[in-house]
Amino acid sequence: MLVSININGQTYSHDVEPRLLLVHFIREYAELHGTHWGCDTSNCGICIVLMDDPHSSQPPYPVKSCTMLAAMAQGYDITTVEGMPKPDGTLDPIQMGFHEMHALQCGFCTPGMMATGRWLIERHPNPTQMTDHEIRDGISGNLCRCTGYDNIIKAIRWAAAYIEEHPESARTAR
Amino acid sequence: MAMQTPAPCDYSRATSVDDAIAQLQALGGNARLLAGGYSLIPMMKLRLANPGHVIDINPLEPELSYIRQEGNEIRIGALTRHVMMLESDLLSQVFPDIFREAEAVLADPVVRNRGTMGGSLCQSDPAEDLSGVVVALKGKAVLRGTGGSERVVEMDEFHIGPYMTAVQPTEIMTEVRFPIRSGFGGAHEKVERRAGDFAIVAASAALSIEGGVIKEAGLACSAVGPTTMHIKRAEEALVGQAPSEQLFQQAGQIASADVSPNSDGRGPADYKRAVAGVLSQRALSRAAATALRS
Repeated sequence: MLVSININGQTYSHDVEPRLLLVHFIREYAELHGTHWGCDTSNCGICIVLMDDPHSSQPPYPVKSCTMLAAMAQGYDITTVEGMPKPDGTLDPIQMGFHEMHALQCGFCTPGMMATGRWLIERHPNPTQMTDHEIRDGISGNLCRCTGYDNIIKAIRWAAAYIEEHPESARTAR
Repeated sequence: MAMQTPAPCDYSRATSVDDAIAQLQALGGNARLLAGGYSLIPMMKLRLANPGHVIDINPLEPELSYIRQEGNEIRIGALTRHVMMLESDLLSQVFPDIFREAEAVLADPVVRNRGTMGGSLCQSDPAEDLSGVVVALKGKAVLRGTGGSERVVEMDEFHIGPYMTAVQPTEIMTEVRFPIRSGFGGAHEKVERRAGDFAIVAASAALSIEGGVIKEAGLACSAVGPTTMHIKRAEEALVGQAPSEQLFQQAGQIASADVSPNSDGRGPADYKRAVAGVLSQRALSRAAATALRS
């Protein structure tokens, strides 16, 4: 079937099997390899991308792309890590935070972690006041096998503080 | 590369509830409805579910996503996402705070963004948290079929076995209805191996207390039997009594006796049996404290 998905502001149309999973559409058809493919069992959150749901009042929210058919994403806007920086190349605040706080070791979980972290900040009424519990619970669907969680939490806090100081950076770049 | 991929299947989207039913009918039992996808797609990858066709019902969100009060009932649409139930002020006011407690420990926030009420119940996984809440609250599922027919099914008839429900191949669940009770208190207790995992054991308790007497009682245990276990004998022992720790201990002992757990990677059967009793007692005790405050 012909599936058209808007990823990072660009439409990708491919004739694919209906059973194709979104993660493989992103990696193999759109050739965007920043989205990683991990446990394949909906547990690890490595493959998380942001989806903008026109029916939802929520900001773009994280979905596990190994547990969605590509066909299900037709008509939705998907943002992967490649779509996070602004067009001029300025990193998104969550990416700056991961850089500043050294929140990655092997880097495998990082694109998914940043997507979830970005969403946590965007939907929280007062992101700089997020408790440790809120952040830890928020990223409980993302596993870091280097166990670098402390710096990941610091990075999310760093990004929340940066966005408060630079409100113009708050919108997810697409 | 070894990857998990569903078997070949066709895909379509439903445009309305009636359209979904018409598609189910046309496909003659070879189709499954696809909502959040976090249960069905893993089952398809493991080839435990092999539908020839999936009908995506996410476009029905405007029709089937709601939490509202009608008369003396709360009605929750089948496509209501877990995150909405977690954050619903109405559910917290009417059923303090059994929905919030169960939803807070159900999978993880990313799954809760997509997973639905209907998906939880229709998956009929005996270890799933929300099903226990629905059993304890005496929720009833509304199933719509061909020709506009509709039937209302109690949970005891709804869950007929692991991954098996009373939903017929040409039916769709549209909503779940819950009777509102005065003097209500509820609680959900869960023991899990790690955050977001399925329960080792979970217990959901609902009490209605008026004039110092338990008028209504609901108790369900998850992950300790072929379906969500409805502990009816404990409910019978509770109704008409004054709430006390001794009474809840007795109810817990009944729960321990009436569940039928298997030994597996999450623990031996006798351990789960003991945990079911302890969690039931704790959930009832906290439910009573909440009821007496409300």
